[in-house]
This record gives sequence, C-alpha cells and structure tokens, in this order.
Amino acid sequence: MNHKAGSDINPDNRVTLDTFVQGIWRDNPVFVMLLGMCPVLAVTNSVINAIAMGLSTSFVLLASSTLVSLMRNLIPRQVRIASYIIIIATFVTMVDYAIQAISLDLYNALGAFIQLIVVNCMILGRAEAYASRQPLAKSVVNAAGMGIGFTLALLCIGGVRELLGNGSLLGYPVLGANFEPWIIMLLPPGGFFVLGGWLLLFAWWRERRQPDSTRAEVVHEH
Amino acid sequence: MSTDTLSFIFFNAMLANNFVLSLFLGLCPFLGVSGKLNTAMPMGLATTLVMLVSSVCAYVINLMLVAFDIEFLRLICYIAVIASAVQLVEMSMKKMSPALFRALGIFLPLITTNCAILGLALFQTNREYNFTQSLVYSIGAGLGFTLAILLMAGLRERLDLSSLPKITQGAALSLMLAGMLSLSFMGFAGLGS
Repeated sequence: MNHKAGSDINPDNRVTLDTFVQGIWRDNPVFVMLLGMCPVLAVTNSVINAIAMGLSTSFVLLASSTLVSLMRNLIPRQVRIASYIIIIATFVTMVDYAIQAISLDLYNALGAFIQLIVVNCMILGRAEAYASRQPLAKSVVNAAGMGIGFTLALLCIGGVRELLGNGSLLGYPVLGANFEPWIIMLLPPGGFFVLGGWLLLFAWWRERRQPDSTRAEVVHEH
Repeated sequence: MSTDTLSFIFFNAMLANNFVLSLFLGLCPFLGVSGKLNTAMPMGLATTLVMLVSSVCAYVINLMLVAFDIEFLRLICYIAVIASAVQLVEMSMKKMSPALFRALGIFLPLITTNCAILGLALFQTNREYNFTQSLVYSIGAGLGFTLAILLMAGLRERLDLSSLPKITQGAALSLMLAGMLSLSFMGFAGLGS
C-alpha cells in the first residue's frame, strides 16, 4: 500500500488540469492507492447503492477539504487530526440526516455505512496530505477530482456485480430471461473477487505498457 | 432460535457475520498487517481490547445522550471515545511490552480509523443491546477479527514461498485470498443469521 499522496505537489499555486485529473486516473483512491476499501466492497452490490455512496462520500470530501483548507492557518499542528475528524464527522452527520429525509429505502439499504464515512481513510488522508497545505482553489479542484475518481471506481465494481449477480443494470433487466444469475456476485465473496479482478486487469495493462527495454531487464534479473 | 441469547450473539458476531469477511469492516489493517503471523496476532488482540473498552464506553455514553436528547452528537462522541481507548491501549502496551509496541508501529494509532470499531459501537446502539449483550458482542467481534487476520497471515506466509506471475503479486492476490476465505466463512451461515 503506497501512500504517494502529497509527494507530487507542485510548488506553485496555479490550478492545473493535473490537479483535477490526478484523482480520477493516476492516483485513483480505490484502484491505485487502495484507500477507503470498506464502503467500496460493502455497498456495491447494485449500481444505485454505488452511486448514492459515491456521491455522499464526494460531498463530505469536498466540504471537509474546503473547510480544512480555509482553516489551515488557524488549527494548531498538535490537535490537527482531532480537528479534521470533528469537521468530517459534522458533515457526515448532515449527509446521514439528509439521506434519511430524501429516501428511507436507500438509507436502509446503505445501513451504517453512511455514518462510517467518518472513518474513510481517503477523506482524512486528503485533509492531512493536501487540503491542510494548499490554497482553497487547488484543494477544492483536487477534492472534486478525487470524489469523481472514487465514484467511478464504485460504479465499475457495482456495475459488474449487479450485471452478473442479477442480470440487470440500475434495476432494468439487461441480459434477458435465459441468463442464470451468479448469486455469488451479490454475496460478500463477490466483492473481493470483482475488486481483485479489476486490480489484476490494471496490473496486466501496466505491465504491457512498459517499454520492452525495461521489461527485458526485469526478466534478466530473475 | 431467538436472536438475543448471549451464545447466539457471540457466535453470530464471530463466525456467521464475521466483521471482516462478511461485513467488510476493518479491511485496512486486515490487508496491511496480515503479512506475518507474529504481528498479526498482537494486532488482533489489541483490536479486540479496543473493541471491548470502546463498546463499554459507547454504551454508557449512549445512555447519557438519550437522557439529554442530543443523539445527533452520537457520531462525534463515539469517535472521541474510540480515540481515547486507542490511546489507553497504546500507553499500556508501551509500558508492558516495548518490543511489541515497536513491531506494530503506525498501525497501532491507526486502530482509531478502523471502521470495525466504530461499526461495532453503531450496530450495538441500533440493535438496542443491553450491557451484557454489548460486552459479549464486542468480544465475539474481536475474536472474529483476530481469527480472520490470523488465517490470512498464515496463507500469505505460505504464498511468499511460491512462485507466482508478476501481475498477481501484491494487492490483487490478497483480495482474491480474502474472497476465498469469505467464501469458506459462508459455510457458517447455518449458525442462524
């Protein structure tokens, strides 16, 4: 598990395209940094749950990054982690009550995982490694990118699990009546297998993209 | 079978609804510290201890929150309690076993952000367990976590010695292993969930 976040901050304060895209592709919180795994696996048994979870987490990430970045010169270093946790917990409580008011079915489907956004290491990690050191604009853009990256990753996993486990997407049947659903995909082991499968795919793709010269060296070392 | 007998709560939390393998709670330490058996064991026991302490504290705090009608502060209070419990375990471990303290390193304070512990506190509140039930629930969940992390560490120590294709090394392999373990733990579902 490599925590690359923070090492790649460019010294000037301009908002570049890379600030935004970083979270979507190169440092994707789920597929590359492996942060915040618990909700990723627990609520992705259907696409609609994945979207709700992705959006709630993105909102908390965006709001807490904004506030942490605004208050970065006010918070004493010794108590910074505790302050970040309180800020995050406040926004999570807001989201928790909002979802309860909007759709009780969704609230029951997601269960305790809405409240567990508090201990999502991706959000605390962003607050500590990025928002507490960068000006407002950059923090907000970066948090938005990370949120979109997280939501896309949830969609990738939720899509595969719902398609294979239920033969449908967003509740609409896609694969026809003759399709025998793979029930295992909706059960806990399916979550582990699908995420493992995506990671294998990305590792294979990265391996293929390596120039032939470096690959020859690797072979030689063995 | 009634669902609130103590033995049911214990075995359900430990096996049938194992926190790591069927509820997906506490995956970070599960994947992070399961490389070696001799660090996995103390990690499991430290987590169990924190679970026990924070479960008792969460029970008392929830009584107070309900009495004063300020339940919206529940999340913030629980997090503060868990952070203090972790601090307590950290200090006593530093005093009793400095070698172990060094071996666990950064993963000891990170127990605070282990969602299994906050999850435990929230579940016991949602299910309105009484004091004894909460206690038994937290011990069962802690032992279940220890069991899962020990099994995982044993498997990974064996796999270190085998030759595997390059792309499967690392996180992908750990997740596939966890999937297999989760599959085998589904066999406990007959314990009545």
